Amino acid sequence: MKTTQILIAGFGGQGILFAGKFLAYKGLLEDLQVSWLPSYGPEMRGGTANCNVILSEEAVGSPIVTDPDVLIAMNLPSLEKYESTVVPGGQIYVDSTLISKKVERSDVQVFYIPATKMANDAGVPTLANMVMMGCVLKNNPELTFDGTAETMQKLVPAKKANLVELNMKALEAGRDYAG
Amino acid sequence: MAERVLMKGNEAIAEAAIQAGCRHYFGYPITPQTEIAAYMAKKMPKIGGTFLQAESEIASINMVYGAAAAGMRVMTSSSSPGISLKGEGLSYIAGSDVPAFVVNVQRGGPGLGGIQPSQSDYFQATKGGGHGDYHMIVLAPASVQEMASLTIKGFNLADKYNMISMILADGTIGQMMEPISFEDVEVEHYDKPWALTGTECKRKHNIVNSLYLQPEVLERKNFERYEKYKVVEENEVLYETYMMDDADYCVVAFGIAARVAKNAVVAARAEGIKAGLIRPITLWPFPKKVLRDAADQVKSFISVELNMGQMIDDIRLATECRRPVTLCNRVGGMIPSPDQVLQSIREAAKGGN
Amino acid sequence: MAIVFQKPKSLTDAVLHYCPGCPHGIIHRLVAEAIDALGIEGKAIGVAPVGCAVMAYDYFTCDMIEAAHGRAPATATGIKRSRPENIVFTYQGDGDLASIGMAETVHAAARNENITIIFVNNAIYGMTGGQMAPTSLPGQVTQTSPYGRDVKHCGWPIRVCEMLSTLEGPEYIARVAVNNVKNVKAAGKAIKKAFQNQVEGKGFSLIEVVSACPTNWGMTPKQALNWVESDMIPYYPLGVYKDRSAAKEAEAK
Repeated sequence: MKTTQILIAGFGGQGILFAGKFLAYKGLLEDLQVSWLPSYGPEMRGGTANCNVILSEEAVGSPIVTDPDVLIAMNLPSLEKYESTVVPGGQIYVDSTLISKKVERSDVQVFYIPATKMANDAGVPTLANMVMMGCVLKNNPELTFDGTAETMQKLVPAKKANLVELNMKALEAGRDYAG
Repeated sequence: MAERVLMKGNEAIAEAAIQAGCRHYFGYPITPQTEIAAYMAKKMPKIGGTFLQAESEIASINMVYGAAAAGMRVMTSSSSPGISLKGEGLSYIAGSDVPAFVVNVQRGGPGLGGIQPSQSDYFQATKGGGHGDYHMIVLAPASVQEMASLTIKGFNLADKYNMISMILADGTIGQMMEPISFEDVEVEHYDKPWALTGTECKRKHNIVNSLYLQPEVLERKNFERYEKYKVVEENEVLYETYMMDDADYCVVAFGIAARVAKNAVVAARAEGIKAGLIRPITLWPFPKKVLRDAADQVKSFISVELNMGQMIDDIRLATECRRPVTLCNRVGGMIPSPDQVLQSIREAAKGGN
Repeated sequence: MAIVFQKPKSLTDAVLHYCPGCPHGIIHRLVAEAIDALGIEGKAIGVAPVGCAVMAYDYFTCDMIEAAHGRAPATATGIKRSRPENIVFTYQGDGDLASIGMAETVHAAARNENITIIFVNNAIYGMTGGQMAPTSLPGQVTQTSPYGRDVKHCGWPIRVCEMLSTLEGPEYIARVAVNNVKNVKAAGKAIKKAFQNQVEGKGFSLIEVVSACPTNWGMTPKQALNWVESDMIPYYPLGVYKDRSAAKEAEAK
């Protein structure tokens, strides 16, 4: 695996940081070098939130994602802000429930997933983030869905064990989406 | 190898402090380091330790002074404006020669500034901060792993030399998560016969004090302290070099800036520019010798900093201005991109000095 | 020959540096007597202030630390929290405790920090040569209030005991004086109680000692003691302002 730079962006409250944490933990379990860097401060409270995740076989240099290989956009401002930063040949995942605009670039691979709607339909309305993650794991050549359940168990505290199942449901919905 | 766990930099400091035997934490909330206080608030009561949220930064550093004088491993943490308030206490602790551990997770300044990462307290940390002639051992972690290992190291050094050791981090490293393990630094123990423990009526009283009204005595105290500092400068310098063997251009950066600079060095090499990196890990004592030696080899230096150019002065002093030093910086919470650093390296190479 | 009077064990042989007629010597002695009486010399750790008593660390035989100006309650907190078995006291003046260190004072009281504070109120900054203190009386002439303290300009003197006694936190707050034998005896009792409270784990005890500063008041020692009676005590009435345990006992009855 090469170094994969992932940028997840959306509103505070959409589970942006948690989604990033999930990827970082997954990388950790796969013995990769990982870094997870959140935006912090007042913008977290209802404003925009973003999270930089880097997965690599080598030591991670700068933890700041400047040229993402993967952009996961969960609201319109994030797509508008970061679309141009994705490396040519990279991937953009768009929550199409919340973003009706189409990606303008033609040199990237684009996935439109109605994640918020799918999460609502699946009875896990707060887990659109994980629907997106399921889709990313399936479609990114550097990532794999294997080990997802194990990661979830590691990530979710024991006293909230019921959340593992719900997250898995969302992840699987994203994986199985054939948009 | 110990199990790797994912932790935020701030939490890594807190956990490492506990593992280093610190059982007393006094602090005051301030972004972006509050995770340290939160971690301590949760853990300390369960392990028989003290977590106390003080009424102010001033009170918290003076509580640290008290517990340190009582012979305890004790710490406080804050971010830039809070460290200014602690300046008084730092001076007293330094003047009393008791060991303490202090964390500054820097944010942009001056004044209230901002809450995004910065390195603009370099002068404050390395040149004093409080009044009087004194130094602190200043450690600059560049990863979450180093947040932990330099914390344990910091407690060891503080006790070894009866000095303050300070972690000078920034909001990025405080907030980011990376995998770490906790077994790479040994916890050292030092006797503290000077500590306030109560005489038990068995010995002459111990006095912890920084007041010497006779100038001859105060002068001698200062001279003695600087003799100690000399030993620290000789023995405790830490730095990392990267691709320096054949480098023509030397990037100097610490903390998060060094992480960015590493990417730029790799990119410069890919373009055929022989760049290398020296990363000071101790900012005081500053790695003067390696820089002086580098000046014999490289054509110029590039100082990458999240401030208006502070460490650059120490680079010039260390190299005795024998090579040009240029500044590549962002401030106010901004971080230079690898491209910006690369551009600075290219310009240095073009200059051809 | 029988010894009828001697220096308390808890005072060193060092010669006090205080001015002639200064009551600090009396107050030091009362503190040392309390420590002796309770047998806590070996466990005591004292915190000296910035002010006239700055060198108190030389005068008490127990372990001592010199705190930053006003920060003695915070420094004492650090010591007490890390060594709860020790008996920790501060000895502070009015500028130290009620001006620059007011926050530390109030919050240590609010936390019911299990420490003992001896607060010497002589209505002036002595060590720096007689400037206006937070407790200088209205109209009082000092180096920085040369026309008399004008309350319209710089406010009113602060009554520390009254203020702190409004807090839930503290255990024991009392004001005493050392201007005559009767008052000195009462002061000794109160100081001992303030230490006893700590031994019993009851919490924060503060004894305000109304004192005098003949040198900076520009008076003879005798005039100064008379001024304590005529001017200081009327503004700073003596008495117990808070005694939680006594109040609880009274309630139980």
